[in-house]
Amino acid sequence: MPTPNHPTLQTGFSRRTSLQWLAGAAVSAIAGSLPARLAFAAPAEAAGAQGQRLVVVLLRGALDGLAAVPAPGDPAWSGLRGAAEAAEKTAAALPLDNLFAMHPALANLHRWYEQKELLVVHATASPYRERSHFDAQQLLESGGDRPFVLSTGWLGRALQATGRPAMALTAAMPLALRGADGASTWTPTRGPGNDQDLMARVAQMYSTDIQLAGAFAQVMGQQGMAMGAQGGPGFAGLARQAGMFLSDPKGPRVAWLEADGWDTHTQQAPRLTRLLGLLDDGLAALREALGAHWGQTSVLVVTEFGRSAAFNGTAGTDHGTGGVTFLAGGAVAGGRVLADWPGLGRNALLDGRDLRPTLDLRSVIAPVVQRQFALSSAQVQSAVLLGAPKAALELWRA
Amino acid sequence: MQAATIASHRFGYSETSLRQIQGDPRAWVLDQFKRPAPFDASGLLDGAQAWALSRDVLRAALQLPGNDKESATPAPGVMVLRRDLRQANMAGLRRRWQHISTTSTPVAERWVQFWANHFCVAATRATVAGLIWPHEYEAVRPHAFGSFQALARAALLHPAMLLYLDNAQSIGPDSRAGRRREKGLNENLARELLELHTLGVNGGYTQDDVTQTARLLTGWTMRPDTPGATGFVEALHQPGSKLVLGKTYPEGPKALDLLLEDLTAHPACARFVALKLVRHFVTDDPPQALVDAVAARFRATRGDLPATAQALFTHELAWGSSHAAKFKRPEELVLSAYRMLKLPAAAIEQDALAVQNMGQALGRAPSPQGWPDRTEDWLSPDALHKRVLWAARFAKTHRELVDARALARLAWGDDLSLATAQHIERAESAEQSLALALASPEFQRR
Repeated sequence: MPTPNHPTLQTGFSRRTSLQWLAGAAVSAIAGSLPARLAFAAPAEAAGAQGQRLVVVLLRGALDGLAAVPAPGDPAWSGLRGAAEAAEKTAAALPLDNLFAMHPALANLHRWYEQKELLVVHATASPYRERSHFDAQQLLESGGDRPFVLSTGWLGRALQATGRPAMALTAAMPLALRGADGASTWTPTRGPGNDQDLMARVAQMYSTDIQLAGAFAQVMGQQGMAMGAQGGPGFAGLARQAGMFLSDPKGPRVAWLEADGWDTHTQQAPRLTRLLGLLDDGLAALREALGAHWGQTSVLVVTEFGRSAAFNGTAGTDHGTGGVTFLAGGAVAGGRVLADWPGLGRNALLDGRDLRPTLDLRSVIAPVVQRQFALSSAQVQSAVLLGAPKAALELWRA
Repeated sequence: MQAATIASHRFGYSETSLRQIQGDPRAWVLDQFKRPAPFDASGLLDGAQAWALSRDVLRAALQLPGNDKESATPAPGVMVLRRDLRQANMAGLRRRWQHISTTSTPVAERWVQFWANHFCVAATRATVAGLIWPHEYEAVRPHAFGSFQALARAALLHPAMLLYLDNAQSIGPDSRAGRRREKGLNENLARELLELHTLGVNGGYTQDDVTQTARLLTGWTMRPDTPGATGFVEALHQPGSKLVLGKTYPEGPKALDLLLEDLTAHPACARFVALKLVRHFVTDDPPQALVDAVAARFRATRGDLPATAQALFTHELAWGSSHAAKFKRPEELVLSAYRMLKLPAAAIEQDALAVQNMGQALGRAPSPQGWPDRTEDWLSPDALHKRVLWAARFAKTHRELVDARALARLAWGDDLSLATAQHIERAESAEQSLALALASPEFQRR
């Protein structure tokens, strides 16, 4: 049975064009872009794009960007959130610049910001302008310009075009990675390990079933590393394990992590303090496990949309639009908040309720994809993030 | 694929033998909707009791000393309450699994489970930690063979849903309570009622419709005078009429019934429900003609559920032998193993953990959308690995009980592939033979 809904029809993207990409990349490499050629010629070498690591963290449920990165310097801030903040008596937000601060639970991220290794992108959103989690996640993961026009993911297409492997630390294959033969999934296994004879017989039994054979081949291929779960429990455990996979010379260079529970319609403050703390701890564990590879790693933290600018009637926030995204890593040109700040005044809000998005999230994701996979911006726009804007954002230190 | 195989595995939960079905597979399916086997909830907590227990756990947990050096050890009260809650949930799951694995009407049971997932509640919120199974047996099950409108009303007004989607806390800003306090609207339930329960995301509603629906729903909450019961509390209700999808609804509790009646009659609701039903029962990407036929019956009967089921199961396309098979969800996989082996589900905790490791944390669906229903949502390398590991363990536990070679012939008849039959035959032991049968493509799919 073929992989369902191959994107060929919708996008004109296929294995054939992916081969053309590779040829095109080689040509441009000869024309002067040496790292790109190394990337395709020397897969095991930690040089150029091949040494790059990418970790994407998806926060399902919609993180409140104004809680993670509040804007106390905005004249409308205290009217909008001041009362709610005062009621919570939580620790003071950590200062970023004249306008922005960071939630106190994000202490590690704040330190990275001060070390100029964390870039905060604010008032950003995908092209989606409705308020359904499920459509918004579908669009964010598929990389289409509308929900459900694509059934493969942007990472999956980039991986497939470049023949790279990736690991999602989830039980299910996230939509974002679908479409790549080299994408696999991993969660810890407890109890007795593999009965090798049975595994071999199962592999043989599946050999004429394309769907099952493909997935099971990945299982057989990762047996050595899959059994040695050392990351520990919880999100931090998975994040640490991701760092270990990425540090393994034979491991993948792309990892995918997820955390859910961000749909804070009620009692937002205590819930976010806990969740942001878990996220912060997890990212610190990831960095620790990456060790020296941190210098070549990009960590992208995204969510499907922001939340209502004002609190609702139940000490929470409802579905909104503009929000925040983070890009961290040793080479990231961090220590700043990248935002074309629309303001929080009533007339500035989208539909009178949401932070107005002024920066297309794809203009952050696209350069990350280009860097990780040594693809041109045209390639990314035509087949990875369809219709992504041609913004030339400076995300890395020269 | 022969009709009996489709009836047994795709529509039901995998029978031990096709023999009882082969005579008239359609009648075998349709008769189940006339007399669905009753579910015995005796001895299980009712919603009010489960609500009280969940509340007590939460209260006790919140009263723990925060800065005390002893705070790492919860007070005994919390531990006892948490144990009680865990045991109550486990008892509910056990009864449910025993019912599904032994019921005489497995297709009707899949119908119930479809609706429980459609009106999904999840214990990802502490307030509803004990209410997931009561919601199924108190709100969904009694109405799954009645009208959609009555089912929706019961599913919405159960404490599980009012708490899970926050309507219990939503207050009309201009209500008596709203004017007194700094509290107000929460649009969570309103949005999901339109998006997930009735019209679907492309059903043609706007943000204004969501806000107006949220206002209409204010007042439906936990009754202050009766612990664990829900009802309409006028002091919280937003005064005035509401305008939803171009129609005006009056102030007061009647508006909910009027709205549900209109939503049920809306063409988008019929289309949305029909697509979900056919995708669940037949194939991931179902033929439009079949969806249209089911939608037409739903609409013509104003959401009569048995009539809708009849439209589905009497349609030739539902029995098409060339549809891509469904990949079983993890819970279906495990329960169909018990059922096919004629074993009442037994090792509940161990199997629930196995199901969780395959990607389905029972009672804790990750969102109000419920469990997804397409192959790619469940088939990943890691999940497949966990499924094979489960098959190996299940076979080790039950190897004495069955001859997998005979079982496979009975359960699939001529639809057992030669390759699978050979692998089961040539296994080195009875245990391995059973493990291969459970890991086989035939058994992983339906």
